[in-house]
Amino acid sequence: MTTQSISYVSTAEIPSSPPPGNAKGFPAWARQNLFATPLNSLTTILIGLFLAWALPPILNFLIFDAVWFGDSREACIVEGAGACWAFVNAKFGQFIYGRYPLDERWRVDLVFILFVIGLVPIAIPKVPYKGWNALYLLLVFPILAFILLCGGFFGLEAVETSLWGGLLVTLVVAVTGIAASLPLGVLLALGRQSKMPVIKMASVIFIEFWRGVPLITVLFMSSVMLPLFLPPGTNFDKLLRALVGVALFSSAYMAEVIRGGLQAIPKGQYEGAAAMGLGYWPSMYLIILPQALKIVIPGIVNSFIALFKDTSLVLIIGIFDLLGIVQLNFTDPNWASPVTPATGYIFTAAVFWVFCFGMSRYSLFVERRLDTGHKR
Amino acid sequence: MSTMPSSGPSSGPSAMKISNEIAIELIGVNKWYGDFHVLRDVNLTVHRGERIVICGPSGSGKSTMIRSINRLEEHQKGKIIVDGIELTNDLKKIEEVRREVGMVFQHFNLFPHLTILENCTLAPIWVRKMPKKQAEEIAMKFLERVRIPEQANKYPGQLSGGQQQRVAIARSLCMNPKIMLFDEPTSALDPEMVKEVLDTMISLAEEGMTMLCVTHEMGFARQVANRVIFMDRGQIVEQNEPEAFFSNPQHERTKLFLSQILH
Ligand SMILES: Nc1ncnc2c1ncn2[C@@H]1O[C@H](COP(=O)(O)OP(=O)(O)OP(=O)(O)O)[C@@H](O)[C@H]1O
Ligand SMILES: [Mg+2]
Repeated sequence: MTTQSISYVSTAEIPSSPPPGNAKGFPAWARQNLFATPLNSLTTILIGLFLAWALPPILNFLIFDAVWFGDSREACIVEGAGACWAFVNAKFGQFIYGRYPLDERWRVDLVFILFVIGLVPIAIPKVPYKGWNALYLLLVFPILAFILLCGGFFGLEAVETSLWGGLLVTLVVAVTGIAASLPLGVLLALGRQSKMPVIKMASVIFIEFWRGVPLITVLFMSSVMLPLFLPPGTNFDKLLRALVGVALFSSAYMAEVIRGGLQAIPKGQYEGAAAMGLGYWPSMYLIILPQALKIVIPGIVNSFIALFKDTSLVLIIGIFDLLGIVQLNFTDPNWASPVTPATGYIFTAAVFWVFCFGMSRYSLFVERRLDTGHKR
Repeated sequence: MSTMPSSGPSSGPSAMKISNEIAIELIGVNKWYGDFHVLRDVNLTVHRGERIVICGPSGSGKSTMIRSINRLEEHQKGKIIVDGIELTNDLKKIEEVRREVGMVFQHFNLFPHLTILENCTLAPIWVRKMPKKQAEEIAMKFLERVRIPEQANKYPGQLSGGQQQRVAIARSLCMNPKIMLFDEPTSALDPEMVKEVLDTMISLAEEGMTMLCVTHEMGFARQVANRVIFMDRGQIVEQNEPEAFFSNPQHERTKLFLSQILH
């Protein structure tokens, strides 16, 4: 081999140039995403065929053959009828309010509106006065909602919870469960990490007890067993018992999710906070929890979604949530038709899906917003 | 421990003012991790304005000792008195000490979810109950001192290691501490960033801050320390003025250690 010089000095700077033209537009996108490899192309084609086979009947059932208007089953028992939306239309009030008295339903509407008024601004980061907003949601709103929904004050007619139903009950159970499980979960998770044996022990026992029993059992116990222990004659509202059961149950799960986040925080963060003279609660509130909660946002929202869907279980103790009330209406002879149940279930599924999907998307948004780029 | 080079016309940086006031006192301090005796009868007196460098092989207990001064580690025997306050289980006393003692860690320990400015103002606002505006002014002053005021609104993750460590120093200074502890502040840094951090520490030393510094930067030790302490197996084996310590070590283990790190 001849001796070759390995020294090299660049003599000119290469100017930046635009990317090649075929890297843009739909053809390029399709090539990259749909037909990148032979296997990829095959999958694309198979999925395309599947959609071509499955979509038309689904669309026919849901839209083109669907019965939109009508006063009774007559409209829906015609040959080849699709979804019986007329049924949903006729029963819509019940699906939302249950057996809440017709003349008092404005109170439920008002509660929904008050809730949205509190929720929307707190969910949008740019809106100021977050502190007051949170105070409203956590303190003022629950009191107002209680007064309005239960009545019995200020000349409002009292409405027993046994009359509540439908989406109203679903939301009451889910929102209470969510609102209670987050703070309780944080306290339990911190308790489980506590250096004080009594607190640690109590937290562990609480968490493991509630995680060890199925929600159905909790609900049964709350409605069947609790009255046995209470002095005879005391009447403890059935919905309230279910609310307490659901809240405690979900806080145990939440505690474990949050504990996962706490464990992911490096020891240095605790030490950094302690070294500056911050006490336990300030360092938790300012340093540890903001980071830990952020890490477990997906887990927290996952629990929220699971809880939202689990609210349907209150059906088994005779409380009619959205699913319960829809099913109840299948037995109405005025609407009995082959497509009524399918329509009812599709409607219920769609409502649940909208809420759960909304939570899921919002959590993605929050995650991205809180990303301060330290994951590099 | 009163044979401190605190007086006399000695030359170099150790001629800087050292008062007779005692800042930190460790008396017969012992600590165990389980059965493992990690600090063995450590005695140390630090006067106000002293700058002490602590070195020694890995696992010798340097971190443990310096961290027990602000009670990040608990000692089991002996007495530790910081700024006139004895460290016991009394949380109030511990927090009182921590307010006056700043600490800089090997891995910075900045809070990644807060901006640089928020990192610096957090403790003044929440611990010293300072108004936000005043805390921000002070924070900016110290960020200028460590020469990164333009990074104030970034997050720690967007800064280089050297910059992060300078923020960590500024963050400690915002609490106006009487004593600063450094635990290997440069050993997690790339070589070209070590100097910027050491320069910051040197300027701090020149202002007369009481400093305890675990480091293997012997150039730094020569330049600013007025005492170098060598630890091995949980014991203070030797201590002396830097000149004498480096040129004429007495103990066998010190000689061995110095021969290893000075090549
Ligand atoms: N939490 C702990 N539990 C048990 N042993 C520990 C613990 N922390 C430290 N040790 C041990 O105590 C000894 C002293 O540790 P220390 O961190 O003080 O050493 P160091 O001198 O700072 O070493 P380095 O130069 O590596 O930082 C080491 O042997 C270490 O393994
Ligand atoms: Mg160490």
